[in-house]
This record gives sequence, structure tokens and C-alpha cells, in this order.
Amino acid sequence: MPWLVLAFLVWLVGYPLLVVAAEAFGIGSPDGGGPTTEAFRSFFTRADEWNAMWRTLWISVLSTLAAAAIGVPLGFLFERNEIPGRRLLGALVALPVALPPLVGVIAFLFLYGESGLAARGLQTLGLDVSWRLTGAWAILLVHAYSMYVYFYLFTRAGLSGQDGAAIEAAQSLGASRRQILFRVTLPRLRPALAGATLLTFMTSLGSFSAPYIFGGGFRVMTTQIVASKLNGELRMAYVETTMLALLAFASLLLLRRIDPGLDLASGARGTPPARRRLHGQGARVAAAAGGWVLAGVLLLPHATLILMSLVPPNTWTVEAFPPVLGLVNYGELLSSAERLRPALNSIWMAAAATLAAVVVGVMAARLSLRRGGLPGRALEAMMTLPWAIPGTVFALALAAAMSVNAPWVGRFVLVGTLWILPLAYLVRSLPLTGRSIFAGLRQLDPRLEEAAASLGAGSLRTVLRIVLPLLRPAVIAGAGLAFITMLGDFVTSIVLYTYDTRPISIEIQSSLRIQETGIAAAYGVLLMLLSAAAFIAWDDRAGGRL
Amino acid sequence: MTASGVSVRFDDVFKAFDDTVVLAGVSLTVEPGEIFALLGPSGSGKTTMLRLLAGFEQLDRGRLLIADEAVEHLPPARRGVGMLFQSYALFPHLSVAENVAFGLKVRGGAQGEANARVAEMLELVRLSGFEQRRIAELSGGQQQRVALARALAPRPRVLLLDEPLSNLDPALREETRADLRHTVKQTGITTVLVTHEQEEAFELGERIGLLNEGGLEQVGGPAELYRDPASRFVATFVGRCSVLSGVVLERHGGDELTVRLESQPQAEPWLCRGDSGLRTGEQVDVCVRPEALELSTDGGSGLAGRIEAERFTGSNSFYTVRLASTRSDAGDGSAAGPAIEVAMPGTAASLSGACVVRQLAGEPPSVFAGASTESDP
Repeated sequence: MPWLVLAFLVWLVGYPLLVVAAEAFGIGSPDGGGPTTEAFRSFFTRADEWNAMWRTLWISVLSTLAAAAIGVPLGFLFERNEIPGRRLLGALVALPVALPPLVGVIAFLFLYGESGLAARGLQTLGLDVSWRLTGAWAILLVHAYSMYVYFYLFTRAGLSGQDGAAIEAAQSLGASRRQILFRVTLPRLRPALAGATLLTFMTSLGSFSAPYIFGGGFRVMTTQIVASKLNGELRMAYVETTMLALLAFASLLLLRRIDPGLDLASGARGTPPARRRLHGQGARVAAAAGGWVLAGVLLLPHATLILMSLVPPNTWTVEAFPPVLGLVNYGELLSSAERLRPALNSIWMAAAATLAAVVVGVMAARLSLRRGGLPGRALEAMMTLPWAIPGTVFALALAAAMSVNAPWVGRFVLVGTLWILPLAYLVRSLPLTGRSIFAGLRQLDPRLEEAAASLGAGSLRTVLRIVLPLLRPAVIAGAGLAFITMLGDFVTSIVLYTYDTRPISIEIQSSLRIQETGIAAAYGVLLMLLSAAAFIAWDDRAGGRL
Repeated sequence: MTASGVSVRFDDVFKAFDDTVVLAGVSLTVEPGEIFALLGPSGSGKTTMLRLLAGFEQLDRGRLLIADEAVEHLPPARRGVGMLFQSYALFPHLSVAENVAFGLKVRGGAQGEANARVAEMLELVRLSGFEQRRIAELSGGQQQRVALARALAPRPRVLLLDEPLSNLDPALREETRADLRHTVKQTGITTVLVTHEQEEAFELGERIGLLNEGGLEQVGGPAELYRDPASRFVATFVGRCSVLSGVVLERHGGDELTVRLESQPQAEPWLCRGDSGLRTGEQVDVCVRPEALELSTDGGSGLAGRIEAERFTGSNSFYTVRLASTRSDAGDGSAAGPAIEVAMPGTAASLSGACVVRQLAGEPPSVFAGASTESDP
């Protein structure tokens, strides 16, 4: 049994990566020809390829720094100070994490784009300003905006786990506030910050929506890969895919070195220090106002998206603010079966992938943790691998591996069928469900299963009656995250979708292309609402983690 | 309540984890209906014996028999063994009644029958009326009783108890111990219990197997282990005991004999119990329990030493006395603490087995003596 599950995971996760690397060298490709390093040679000699590689790297470094610069102070502000409305504001500030990247990107476009709400507003005030939201700075802006949440949440978690007694000890030893920050608080925050750095950097490395919408001629690896594929330069696309996978691996290995272990709960857990209260009415009002302004700025893009979804087609031309608002776009979206199709596609594909990822996750986790050894470690590695590899890489790898009919080497023609996209979503869901199921099962007393066995229960009954009910919070947490992520997926979909399986993100993109901004915005809002609903249900059932 | 018990036999059982030998060829027979306690320090292999019997571990060599039938190849579900886990391992998402019914439902059978059995079991552990409670709502002692009821409900042939009381408050332990013994005896089931606490083994076990480093040191009733330890390990693990070297001075009638202690030959000889095979002049180990000794400061003919430590437990005080290596050392002040004499008054010690003369296998004797005095209330 462990070998069967392992074989399936290797086929689904590891094998496509090998196929894409092999085909980059011309091995086993359907167009014949012997092994060759020609494509790699041309990759290393073409300036645009090198540029894409280099840009991917520095964009990721700067995105991480920018996200840390926003997220860490915000984390301190909300965790260490008692400001009015702290709980609500603290939750609102974390909201961008629950929203699909593409929705954030188009919301930015509508707000800060060259004909966006902000530009129009300033022009109405008589200011002769114009700008183009494009290139590296636009990507950085969107990244910083959507990824600071990682640093914010990790900082808060790290701070809330710290023992106030350590600070009191430092105070009694005569340390100043500054010394305490740099010598007590920050060093102990290191695991949290290392975790946030890893998450932000890897997300940024694989980011696709922002570079795709705002990049223009500025290409990073993910957009370069998709462009090569669209241009029919398949082998070059495979070379780029291989290179991006290697870059991701190398980054992961390097970043893990700064990570002293993600164990936030290690050491004595005491009571966190009391929050600082603001003295004086003025200070409190100022803090509250500042907080709400901040939340307003952070939520403005999404408010804009909602506004845009209410603008009927061809009614807004030169005015600063749309003159007509209504539900026309939603009516259009809901009244036509063809328009509604993408939403239903997204829902069923995300649900199917999530369900499959839960089943595979439970099987893999049980086998891995109960049997241990080499197959155990291999199972866990296969479940985690898709997390470290950008979605574009997996999309290309599956596209390469599953476009050839060679059942004897495990290759089937799935590209262009109904199955390829749910399968790709499954791969991307595995680490999300796997991580929480593995963690949940690790906390489960193995004696419970022994007790069931000694009372006469077989393996299946033990799983259904004991393991699954007790793993419910972990399963819901992992499944919720996977479902939300796959519902808004753009990066794998754009490579693998067919007309019949086109998801919401693809529909948003094509609406934008034909200038149906209202429809695109309405889809964006729909996605936002679906994600929010799933998120609220998940957060509620998972025990209110936010 | 249950049909009379069955026998359990370990036959030359060998088990190793990686390169660590945990059980090195253990043979043991537990009689039908008996409560047998496996006692030993952690790492001695006692839990492994229990888990082998339950089927959670596979043995490397040897045989396991329940009612004279080999079970080593059977999965846990088919061994007819009920287990009370140290952590209880109650299913937290099921109610009390659902927990107890779990093993019955698995076997199928009529709902009404199962309900009746659940009610009967809950009555046995005095938890009638708790059917619909959640596990988290129960106290530690109640949880332990639910776990017992759950293990007994499917009418197992053998009951296994893994450190059944270690998760309870010390205050509750004594009461629960008597309760547990009563309940188990009432069912008449053959029971194997694992514990590292001597008191628990003595009070629950009808016979005790003392394990050390993967082998059985001694098997016997509580009194036998206390009065006739077969090895230095048994002597020191079961109760407090100081082991000193001595020489047999004179044999008396029965199994009484006097010994002279080697370190201080001038001191008054002790009257102890010993094997009839021991001859005059033979080198022996003297195992003496604190209750046999008396401390005095009036310079009598006892063993001279200095008090190194005192431990006051309420009803008793325990003293650790470092004996002077010869009598003349006594006054040189090299050891800290006040000077003291250790003596053995009368013949009570030989009668109660508080002083035993043996030739014991194991480490050489220490130069410490323990003594206890009853404190005045």
C-alpha cells in the first residue's frame, strides 16, 4: 500500500518535472531527434533569457524587503499596542491574504492604472498628472501590497508566543527599550521572520498575475515561459521551466539556512507582555484615525473593484466618478448560462481537486507517519514538493508529460481534455492539505488507533470512525486553503485550460482584453465573495485562527 | 460475570528494536484468572511485553500463547485482548456510551444486546448515568473507569493494564487502586499489568514479575519478593534496602544466623535470616531494611557513622548514614554531619525478613546504610 500511494504521487508530482527536464534536452520528445544541449546553449546566450532570470531574482528580493518593511511594523503595532478597534482592524489588515492574486491585480489596475480612479480623481482636481502603471515598479507595488500579510501574520504569531517574563528580566537587568527590542524580542522573532521570508520569497518567485498584467515588456521567468509556449518555442519553454525549477530549489535550500527551524512553540511559553495602552484622549483618537485610514488604504483597491463592477458598459467616459451605477453586469453574468459557466467550472474543479487532495493527503500522512523509513520520508517529500515549485513550472511539466500517448511509460494524452486542469489543481493542492493533515496526525495519539485495533476494528473502520473525525479541524483547515487557492487559480489555468473548462480567472482575463471591464470586475467580485465565504466558513470551523 | 480466565504464556520471547535488545528470551506463565504485575524500571522491557501480547509489536523469536493457543501471528483485533492504555486513548469525539460500545459495534450483533452490555459495564465501573457525557467533561478517574469499561465490554479473554494509575493525582491513586482491583477480580479475567511503581504492583498484583534489562529477575508474590530477594537488583528495587558485606558468624535453629559486618568487625553482630546452605565463616551480602535499624547517639556497640542526609516524609524520617570504613575512623571527622551509631535491636528483623543474608549477584555493596525512625506525631 505505501508503495502504491508513493508510486501515484511520484507519477503525478515528480515524473512530470523529469519529463520536462528531459524534453528540454530533446530526450523523449515527440518530434524525434537525439539528445541535444542546443536549447540550453541558446538560453545561456540570449540576453532576454538572462534578463528574465535576473529580474525574477531581484524582484523577489525587493518584494520580500518591501513586504517586511510594511508587515513587521504593522505586526508590532497590532500585537503590542492597545489601540481602539484593534481586533477588527487587525483582521481587516490581514484580508488581502484571502483574495486570489488576480483579483488583487485587477483591483490595482482599476484604482492606480493610467485611466484608473486615482488618476481621474487627480485630473479632476486640475492636476495635470499622468502615469503608466507598468514595469518593475508596478509589479513591486502589487507584490508589497499582497505579500506584506505574510510578515504581518507571522510577526503577530511570533510576538504572541513570546514570554513577557523575558522582557521583564531584561528590564530588571537594566536594558533600555531599544536594547530589549534588538537583543531580546527580535532574536526570538527570528523563526517567525525566517518563515515569512521563505513564504514571501517563494511566492514572489512564482508570481504570475502581477507580471502578466503589469509587466508589459518587462518579463520575469514565469511570464517568459508562458510567452515562449504561446510563441510555439516549446523546447525553449521547457528549458526556462527547468531553470526556474532549479532557481526555486536553490532559493529554498539557501533560505532554509537562515531558518533556525519553524518551531514557533519551542521553549517555555509564557504569557506575552501586556499591550501598551495609549494615554490621553488625543493619542487614542489619533491612533484610531490612523488605523482606519490605513485599513481604508489597504481596502481601497477592493472597494474600487466593487465600484467598477457596478458601472454599466459604455456609460463612463471622461467623468471623474462613474455617472451611472447599477447591477447590469451582474444581471448579464447570472442570466446567461455561458457567462455563468466559468464560475461553475471553477467551483467543481476546485472542489474535486480539494477532495482528492484530502484523500491522498490522509492516505499519505498515515502511511508516512505510521510506517516511517524511506517510503515514509519519500511520501512526505512528494506531498511538499509542489509548494517549493512555482505553479507555472508544474503547469508546463504537466503539459509536457501529458500530451503524449505512451501508457507504457506512464504518459497519457490529458492535455486538452476535461481532466488536465483538475489534475493540475490537485498537484497544487497537495502541499496545502498535506501540511495541515501531517501536522494534525502528528498530534494525534497513536494509542487511539491501537485502542481501536485492540477492540476489533479493521483499518478502514479505524480511519472512518476514529482518525477522520479527530482530524476534522486539520482537514478543514487544509481543504479550505486549497479550495480558496484553486478557486482563484490563474497561473496553471492559463497554460492548461480548455474552452469547456475555462475558470473564472481566464474569463476575467478575456473580458479585460475585450474591454468589458464591468464584467471582469463583476467576476472579480464574485471570486472575492466565494473566497471570502469559503474563508469565513473555514476560519469558523478551523477554530478562528485569524 | 465473565467465564473463568485463561492462561497466558511467554515462551522464550526475544525482541529487539534496531540493535537494542529489549527482551532477551523471556519465559513466563500467567495463571488463569490471575492478576499478574510486570514491575521494573523504565526501559526494562515490561511495556514491550504488554504490547507484544496485544499485538502492537511483533516478536523476533519465541512464542506467545493465550489459552494454550499460539497468537503471535494474529492481528490485534483477533487476539481477544482488551487493553487499558496509560493515556486511556479514549475517543474524544465519541460519548461515554459510544466509547464503551465501540468494540461491540465492530463485532456486529444486535443493538439491544450492545446497549445492555454498555449499561452493565458502566454499572460495573459505577458510571451509570454518564452515558451521554463527553470525554472532556470527565475527571481523570472517571476517564480511567470509562477506558476500563470499554476494554472489558467485548468480553476479552485477557485484560492488559498499561500503567493504569500513572495519570491520576497521587491522592486519587490509592483509592482507585483498590477500586480497580475489586472490579477486575469481580470479572475473573486474566490480567497482566505493567507498572514501575512497587506499591502499585504489590497492591494490585497477586504475583509479580520483576524485569530488569530485558530479563526476569524474579517471579513471586509480594511478600516473597520483599523477604527473599533473589538478586541485589530485587533487594534494592523492591522497598528500601542497604546491602553490606559480612561473614557468617554462627548458625542458629531454623533459618536464623548471626553475621559480622566486614567494615566494622568490632560492632555487635546482627541476627538475620539466611539460606540453610550457608556455612560459618562464609562471605555473604547482608540486605537490611530501614525498619530493622535504630539510630542512637549514646556510643553503644552499633555501627559507627555520620549522618549524610535526612529525609522527612511525615510519618517517618529516613537517614542516610555513611559508615566509617573501620571503627577507628569514626571520630576523625572526615565525613560531614553528626556522628551516630546504627544498631539492630532484638530479633524482630530476622522474623519479618527485614534483614536477609544471601550471596547476591550484582554490583559490590555500598557503604551506606539507611535507617528510619518513626516520628512522634
